[in-house]
Amino acid sequence: MTQISDFLLLAIVLVNFALLGATRLSTMIRAVAVQGGLLGLLPLVLHGGPSLHAVGLAVGTVAIKGVILPRFLTWAIREAALRREVEPRIGFVGSLLLGVVAMAVAFAVAARLPLPPELARPLLVPVALATVMVGFLILTTRAKAVTQVVGYLALENGIYLFGLTLTEQVPFLVEIGVLLDVFVGVFIMGIVVFHINRAFDSLDAEQLAQLKD
Amino acid sequence: MLLVALILAPALAALGAALPARRAGRLAWLLAGTALHAALLVATWVTGPAAAAGGWLAFDPLGGLVLSLVSVLTVGVATYTVGFVRPGDPRAGRAFESCLLAFLAAASLVAVSHHLGLLWVGIEATTLATAPLIYQRDDPHSLEAVWKYLVVCSVGIALALLGTFFLATAQVVGGVAGRPLVLDDLMRHGAGLHKAWVRAAFLFLAVGFGTKMGLAPLHTWLPDAHGEAPAPVSALLSGALLNCAFLGVLRAFQVANAAGEADFARPVLLGLGLLSLVVAAVFVVRQDNYKRLLAYSSVEHMGILALGSGMGGLAIYGSLLHMLGSSIAKAVLFLLAGNIVAAYGSKLVQDVQGVVRRLPVSGVLFLLAFLAITGSPPFVPFMSELAILTGAFRSGHAVLAVAMLALQAVVFIGMGSAFLGMSLGASPERGPPIRERAWQVAAPAVLMTVLLVLGLHIPAPLQRALAAAAGSLGGVGGGP
Repeated sequence: MTQISDFLLLAIVLVNFALLGATRLSTMIRAVAVQGGLLGLLPLVLHGGPSLHAVGLAVGTVAIKGVILPRFLTWAIREAALRREVEPRIGFVGSLLLGVVAMAVAFAVAARLPLPPELARPLLVPVALATVMVGFLILTTRAKAVTQVVGYLALENGIYLFGLTLTEQVPFLVEIGVLLDVFVGVFIMGIVVFHINRAFDSLDAEQLAQLKD
Repeated sequence: MLLVALILAPALAALGAALPARRAGRLAWLLAGTALHAALLVATWVTGPAAAAGGWLAFDPLGGLVLSLVSVLTVGVATYTVGFVRPGDPRAGRAFESCLLAFLAAASLVAVSHHLGLLWVGIEATTLATAPLIYQRDDPHSLEAVWKYLVVCSVGIALALLGTFFLATAQVVGGVAGRPLVLDDLMRHGAGLHKAWVRAAFLFLAVGFGTKMGLAPLHTWLPDAHGEAPAPVSALLSGALLNCAFLGVLRAFQVANAAGEADFARPVLLGLGLLSLVVAAVFVVRQDNYKRLLAYSSVEHMGILALGSGMGGLAIYGSLLHMLGSSIAKAVLFLLAGNIVAAYGSKLVQDVQGVVRRLPVSGVLFLLAFLAITGSPPFVPFMSELAILTGAFRSGHAVLAVAMLALQAVVFIGMGSAFLGMSLGASPERGPPIRERAWQVAAPAVLMTVLLVLGLHIPAPLQRALAAAAGSLGGVGGGP
């Protein structure tokens, strides 16, 4: 079981780099969909096998983060017929290098964190922290509104990963509530993205800087 | 049962309000839903129900104060909405009443949650319920405002979720007994919580919920959202929504306090509060949009709340009283600003003159509310700021108290020069006074009366609730 979960976690790390290196919006959305699917499988193999709680969580996560939200975002960019390039503020090489730095920092921090033995899985916490940082990186360095939604999703994925260390502490109802909030949040963001395009003829978040003092 | 009903009643009314095609039908649902919620809240105060749902839901004076404030403001905003005609495409407003009721349900969840995970779900739900309210007109500016609101607040609140998980980790690592993330158990076994995790958790919770509360440096969404939203929504955002997030910060503070980490938590609150006051003072001066000016005043008052909570002692009591007073005054100002926008067709200070002559009732109330929000006697904010300052001097925060007074003086000058010019001044070629409709001025007039009465005398039950809430935060209750 540990091997499978380690494999899933490594795959999540690879997806982080795919997100940072993606040049097309559709690639980014597909990458974050894969990440959502991988996340959904993790509860099944952590904590000694699938329980009802784990299965429910897995189904909900795969459905929402792996299928529904990515499809919705793909629909939004297709209907909006926008240009497909990602347009980073920091180049792709620079982004990937920052991703490596984030990974190193995450491992260094996680090694120092006081974790109880049953939570101290070698990979879970560092991968969670790295994913949070990559989410932040995308949020701050990618100009388009859609890419910021993807960044938010990656950030949420990282936090969700950290939450997986605590399945006994965080009850099912709260996990589902969090998932529902993310779902509705991204759904509204998608609708706004769609309207932004109609109003501005572009999804560039830099155009959203008319309100100032 | 009462606690569940407080959440379910407005939630069901929100569903009901989605049905009628005619506005009158939706407004009936809105008024009935908010009135029912207020009645349930009174029953809750009177009976004081025991904790429900395994300790996840409970009613304490602190949550009760926030919920009462939300309830009073929602009833006021609901009546104002009857007389409020939105400009632009009428189809865009179909969900308006449903979203207001959904916000009330989410805010009730926040107020009665004693499970920090559930509290997070509720606070995020308040963001989602109010986002469609800001985007009412098909104009680019409101789109930009709602986009910033969603992204900045969602990211901020995501940090708070990480903080919540840290707190659960503090329980596991500390090896303490008690139900996970249940507030009462966290506090009862506070001494055993793992210190480093509690500190990390408090930082993330304070910054995360602080973002939603409008504390600098992550306040940037607030002026845009408050400035672009329709008047009733601005009033609700500044008066009710921000205080739900403030409650989130206070819950984190309660846990830090119980864990013996108050000395770590206080400077965080003081720093965030002082920075917010500075930012507000810088941006209020020379601000030419009066709705944005009011928004920066909200940043100022949220800063004062954080400062007061961080000072401890009597200042905590002052903070809670100030939460009630400043929020009511701010809601009144935003509602009246809506009347002014409707009459003058502009949000710019320079385009508005002679409001007192043109809109006699709104104009006078606007002036009174301006005096109230800037802390002039005899309104409540004067009493609460006095309590905060007294508390500051008693707890050895004299320098902070002087800084707070100086920054408030700057804000007073900035707001005063704008609002006095708008209210008084000649009303050139604008024609005779406009007859204001009762729906437009009833709620502001009643709320101003509340501010005046409470400023003169705080009834004993409210005084007891304030003292108990301050006590639960490690402060002391103040006398009149």
